[in-house]
Formats: sequence, structure tokens, C-alpha cells
Amino acid sequence: MRLRVNPQACDGFGFCSELANALIALDEWGYPVVGGGDIPTDLVGVAREAVRSCPRRALELVP
Amino acid sequence: MTVPGTFASTARLLPKGARSTTDLAEHLQMHGHLPVPSRAGPDWREAFLHEIEASGLLGRGGAGFPAYLKLRSAATGRTKVLLVVNAMESEPASAKDATLLHCSPHLVLDGAQLGAAAISASKVVVCVPDDREYPGCWVDRAVAERRRAGLAEVPVEVARLNGRYVAGEESALVAALAAKPGVPGYRPDKSVPLSIGRQGTLVHNAETLANMALIARYGAAWYRAAGTGGTAGTCLVTVSGAVTSPGVFEVGLGTPISAILQEAGGLDDAQAVLIGGYGGSWAPLGHLGAGFWPGGLKAIGASIGAGVLLVLAGKACGIRETARIARFMAAESAGQCGPCLFGLPAIAGDLELIAEGSGDEFVLDRLMARCGLVSGRGACHHPDGVARLVRSALATFSADLAGHLRGRPCAWAARPTALRFPGTLPATAAPPERGTSQKARAA
Repeated sequence: MRLRVNPQACDGFGFCSELANALIALDEWGYPVVGGGDIPTDLVGVAREAVRSCPRRALELVP
Repeated sequence: MTVPGTFASTARLLPKGARSTTDLAEHLQMHGHLPVPSRAGPDWREAFLHEIEASGLLGRGGAGFPAYLKLRSAATGRTKVLLVVNAMESEPASAKDATLLHCSPHLVLDGAQLGAAAISASKVVVCVPDDREYPGCWVDRAVAERRRAGLAEVPVEVARLNGRYVAGEESALVAALAAKPGVPGYRPDKSVPLSIGRQGTLVHNAETLANMALIARYGAAWYRAAGTGGTAGTCLVTVSGAVTSPGVFEVGLGTPISAILQEAGGLDDAQAVLIGGYGGSWAPLGHLGAGFWPGGLKAIGASIGAGVLLVLAGKACGIRETARIARFMAAESAGQCGPCLFGLPAIAGDLELIAEGSGDEFVLDRLMARCGLVSGRGACHHPDGVARLVRSALATFSADLAGHLRGRPCAWAARPTALRFPGTLPATAAPPERGTSQKARAA
């Protein structure tokens, strides 16, 4: 599983990074930067929570 | 299949050069009627698709995606598909689509009819920019000629759409046709076809379709006879800047860049060449032996893009010129994605500081980091293009860059732009061919 941001929908609320700072950093303008790689199994739960928290539904968890 | 004897190996799309137009009578005399049966069945469709596949034709809109794959994915036999001809030519340094519509409009329309028959399209829409008067008029005239001649064809409409930089991106084009804002859409899976409501669409660049019109008549083997190296066919190239005779040229793919520049009269005190377009990359003169085809350009870190070669004069500042382009591109962002909306102005700002010689000690690292930060983080590739352009400028103008970073910018940095692209070419070029791009505000 990996995280993917829909940049068009994202408004830089930053909740995702707050909840999953091990997976998601914010750039200097406050937009999330996700690594393209596979999420370690123990962090998948955190990633799901970050996805759920997004007020713009811009964060996705994809296989 | 007979090949007209008058066909020089690379004068295919522009048989009479880049200045004179071919009307329907001449076009039919030269090429004959379109080889589409009145009821194009599955046999014809398969034969046509096979020929396009065998030709190896690549899309000429910038991405260079195999034309066959796009056709095949749309050729589901489903009706109510719309064939979209992309002649937006939103790249300021390109004039090839406008030139093609002026010189060989019937090749483009033939290609559109072939594409329409292959995907069972019920309509063709030719998209032209609304900020240039001529391309739309040329298409209107050609469509009227065909109607008068009583050619039984899929109906053709001309759509005049906002000509901003990102408007030519295919998802932006389809959005504009659906009466939505003409901005790119987020498409994580590019294989999902673009549609307007329930109507599927297939978007092809005008030059790609014109090539299909020739391949359908003369075959894939004929198509592959032009071009050298690992690629086939001809390509329209817009050469401008510090050359003796700027213009649009048709060359065999694989022709060395230096030979293309010779066709434009040769270099006139030059220092570098911008390859591909504003989202392309700079190359020093030492790289001009590279062949103009995807593989040859990849070797020097460039790509064909919109088929642009823009030569920078020796008495000019490459850093300053790139900063101007970056600023223009920042303004052309659709503003939908944060990294592009905020990142491109930041990149342009850093480059402007360097150009003025007033950057702090971190400016170069910051600029490089920002280029990395915007890449791949937009719905479309607009920010990626800017990052690539800026990185290539830092490498190509590295000698000059050192002075700028020490606070001693070159003498040319304060001068007005030396870039001349089609919209601002001097009167040596005939106005209709050049278009009347409003994009000159970049300068």
C-alpha cells in the first residue's frame, strides 16, 4: 500500500501530516509530500486515519 | 500503392514549403481521395490500425505517446465517441500546428476523418486558440471547401478555446469542450479515457492526424522510409531566435539538430538552444550533434516536446531569459495545485535574484530544492516542465551562473529579452503563417 495525494483537491489543511508525520511531510507552502514507496505494515493504520481525516478527501491509500 | 513522384523524402506534410496553402483541388490531385470505404467495417478498421501500428507513429503533441495505442484504446466499436483535433499550440515558441493548418489543412481533416472512422466517431471537433485569428479561419475555409465538394464525411466543428499555456493539455481541452473551465484534470490513471458526460473522446494532435492521412494512403513502409536512427517519419520543427531564417521546417526524425539549424540559415552568434519548448530544456552548442528524435534527445537530457528549437544569441543572459520564461510559466499555472501555484513563483523569484546578482548564499540550493519539490506534484506536468527548464539552464549556463552567484551578473542580464518566438518575429515572416500569438507578454 502507498499514499497518493490528489493535488487538485488538496488545500493544504495539513491534518494528514499531523496524524501521520512519519509518512507525510509538509512542504514550505504547507502541502503534503508523500514518499512513493510501500508503507510499513505497522503504519498502515496510521495512514488510514490520515486518509479519513482529510477534509478535502485528497489523500488516498492505493495498492 | 503509388507514391507521388514529386515527394521529396521530407516534404510530406508541407509539400510546398511552409508558406503556401494547398486547396482541396490541389490536395486531391496530389493525394487522391481518402481511402475510407463509405461504410468502414471492422476489416477496414483492423487494417488501418495495423498500418498505424507498423508505422511507429508517435503523437506530436508533446508527450510522444504511440498514436496506435491511443487509437486502439478508443476503437471499441462503441458509438457516440468524439474525435478531438488538438491544434491549440499553446507553446509560445511553436508555430507548427498553425503552419500545418495553413499549408495542409486537408491532410489534418483527412486524418481526422480516418480517426473518426476507426473509432466510429459521430463528430470531429478541431480545437484552435481563440487568441489567434488565423488558424480557425483556415480550418473553416477547408471545411467549407469539403462541404461544397460534397465529400460524405463525419461532421466537423471548429471550437475556438482559450489559448492559455495549459489549455492544450488534453484533459483541459476536453473540459473546455464540456463547457467547464479549460484546466487540466487529475488523472492518476491515464488509461481511463476522457469523456464528456457519457460521450467518450479521443484527442490527437493535428500533426499526428496529418501523418495518419499519409500512412493510410502510402503505407507504413513508405512512412518509415524517412527518418534515420531508431525512428521513422518526419517531424515539424519551429526554429526561431538567433538564426538567419527562422520558420517551420519539416525534417526527417533523427536529423542532427545542427543540420536543422542549417536549414534555418545557420546560427547567428549563438550560445545555446532551447529544445522542446518552454517546458523543455537548454542545450549548449556542443550538444547540437544529437539527432532530433526521442532517443537522440534523451541522450542529452532533452525531448522533442512541441518540436521547438529556440536559439539564444551570444549577447544574451541565459539565466535572465530562463527567469523570464519561468515567470511566464508561473503566471500560466492553472492555480489548482498548491505546489505549482506557490512553487513556480518561488522558483521564478529565486532565478530572478540570481539573474540580478542579488541572491543570498543559499539561493542556489533553495532553487534546486524547490525544483525537486514541485516535480510530479501537479495534476498535470506543468510544474515538471518548469523544473526541468530551470535545471537545464543552471547546467548549460554554469559558467555565467558562477558570476551571477558572486554578485557580478553578466552585462546582458539587464537587457530586454533576446528571445524571439513566433508571435514577436520581425516582419520577415509572412504574418498568416506566424500566427498572432498574444503570448508575447512573456518577453
